[in-house]
Amino acid sequence: MLGALVHQVFGWRRATAWVSAGSAAVVLAAGITLAVQVGRSGPVTAVAGLLRADALSAFMVLVIGAVGLVATAATPAYFRAEIEAGRATDRTAARHSLLVQLFLATMALAVLAANLGVVWVAVEATTIVTAFLVGQRRTRASVEAAWKYVVICSAGIALALLGTIVLNFAAAHAPGTAGLDLAALAAHAPGLDPGVTRIAIVLLVLGFGTKAGLAPLHAWLPDAHSQAPAPVSALMSGVLLSVAFYAILRVKVISDGALGTGFARTLLTVMALASLALAASLLIGQRDYKRMLAYSSIEHLGLVAFGAAIGSPLALTAALLHVLGHGLAKAVLFLGAGRVLQITGTSRIDGVRGLLASHPAVATTFGFGVLALLGLPPFSLFASELGIVRAGFGAGLGWLTSAALLLVLVIAAALIAGTSRMLLGPPSTSDTAAASRIPVALAGGLLACAVLGVVAGPLPDLLDLATQPPAVTR
Amino acid sequence: MQLLYLACGALLLTAVLVLWRRELSVIIRVFAVQGAALAVLVAVLAAQENSVELWAVAVGVLVLRAGVLPYLLRRALAGAGESRRETRPLVNVSASLLAAAALTLLAYAVSQPLVALAPSAATQAIPVGVTVVLIGFFVLVTRRRALSQLVGFLLMDNGITAVGFLTTTGVGLVVELGVSLDVLLAVLVLQVLTTRMRETFGDTDLDELRELRD
Repeated sequence: MLGALVHQVFGWRRATAWVSAGSAAVVLAAGITLAVQVGRSGPVTAVAGLLRADALSAFMVLVIGAVGLVATAATPAYFRAEIEAGRATDRTAARHSLLVQLFLATMALAVLAANLGVVWVAVEATTIVTAFLVGQRRTRASVEAAWKYVVICSAGIALALLGTIVLNFAAAHAPGTAGLDLAALAAHAPGLDPGVTRIAIVLLVLGFGTKAGLAPLHAWLPDAHSQAPAPVSALMSGVLLSVAFYAILRVKVISDGALGTGFARTLLTVMALASLALAASLLIGQRDYKRMLAYSSIEHLGLVAFGAAIGSPLALTAALLHVLGHGLAKAVLFLGAGRVLQITGTSRIDGVRGLLASHPAVATTFGFGVLALLGLPPFSLFASELGIVRAGFGAGLGWLTSAALLLVLVIAAALIAGTSRMLLGPPSTSDTAAASRIPVALAGGLLACAVLGVVAGPLPDLLDLATQPPAVTR
Repeated sequence: MQLLYLACGALLLTAVLVLWRRELSVIIRVFAVQGAALAVLVAVLAAQENSVELWAVAVGVLVLRAGVLPYLLRRALAGAGESRRETRPLVNVSASLLAAAALTLLAYAVSQPLVALAPSAATQAIPVGVTVVLIGFFVLVTRRRALSQLVGFLLMDNGITAVGFLTTTGVGLVVELGVSLDVLLAVLVLQVLTTRMRETFGDTDLDELRELRD
């Protein structure tokens, strides 16, 4: 039933996407209500064997819907400004919205698929769809970014395919299970051959980690995020990374069953701390604000990975909440950055001065977005970061948690320094007359993030269900 | 059985040849041979298992990897013009060959548990597939021309497919189809990008891709 509904929604989306970018927002609202419905009506809905939504999938659909709504709601305004500036035409806008719909559909498929192979296909499909979105502007830099993006992501994800095949091999020789059904694999994980599974897990985590922007193969991320059009950056950073991370979470459950919790924990901790360290070192001297936001995405995914590495229910809940909070805040920020870029024409931090004085609305949104990103109290990132840290100390990973915390502080300092240089001070030019309306979506996204931080809404039940050990949720 | 080992040997040999030769047109021909070897491998397995489905897959592999993909590559190469067909690897040829030897050893070491889980003639050949994957990755990392990187990516994919068929007979039809479709699409995307790159840069030498860095 759910699958049919989902497909209906997608069919409708693709049809309407031609009309205008604006209609996407309406349809995405439908996507959100669908997700909420799934969350309320029950954790497990099995359909046709290929799609299955448990609490974790439902939560991820929610994330996709929420961030997608923010991004697409701001798209018309973005394209209006782009077309006015002669950098885009009606045709590119129409193509853009079609691709974005496809992008959202493939991501939804990735989180709803019941089979690891289908998850892989969907994740790779997101790469292909977004490649065109990244290279949309056809400048030297954006073509280069798109090339890098496809090559690194495809190569990384090819490792995940090898891992999938190896895992399939292990499953075929384990008692009671055959094939790549996620639930069956998780349930029968103890029977898998440890040696073979270890190879598979390393390959899978590395492969999907590439797509999630984690340390060893992250090089595509800052380029792609800084060169893509703002709504696409928002979607990529806000949800695409988390969708890839969702695959890692699924793999981790299998790994925990087959190899004990230690193996995946070590692997993920190393990747998480490496990501944090890398983000910190490159953020300190960062001169480009879109790249600054991109590195901050690496940081936050590192934190989520750390939460997953700790692995206790508290840590997992916090990590999932972090995914949603980061998605919203980062989407708002990238859209805000896109607006700043349109106003000032430069993406260099030192090219932007005194934004607060010249364009108060944009600057306020951007400023609050950065505050949310830093994890200051009213926003949900505060709650989730606190949760991850508490869980870290609780699980006896005190030293590692302290190291992570220290790196987060360094990153926060770097972000504050960069942002304050942009926002404060006297305005550099006197073109204050320029329209500085900010789409309602951005404010809405921030508000949602803040509300989420104060009252977690109807989410706790869903999160509880999502972080149960697999034996309980099936 | 002889034929299986022959096919695996051809896979390995062609992978090394890609490392060795510098003419892009030769590399593409070698790549086509490798695709054919892969198809032979699947066909041998099909004969062993006596499965019609697998025979169909073998034909599919032959068409896609020895026909369509090399054709696309050749077209991209023809579009690139007569000049500068040589690849200029980051690592010179003899060092690459040594690296290939090291990678082969690594592949054998890594795939021990795979062979041990179900020793058979087919699984004995798994390390060859893994070697091809590693060599593909090596090509991807060390080559500078866009087209050579593409070949590296496809080598990886050939290796993965080989491992897939050697371990078990495929991973389910839906996944198999999805994977082939994705590979084809990825190549098409990369081709479009190559064309676009040529429009904006004049050539697809990735040395010129130096604008985005920190």
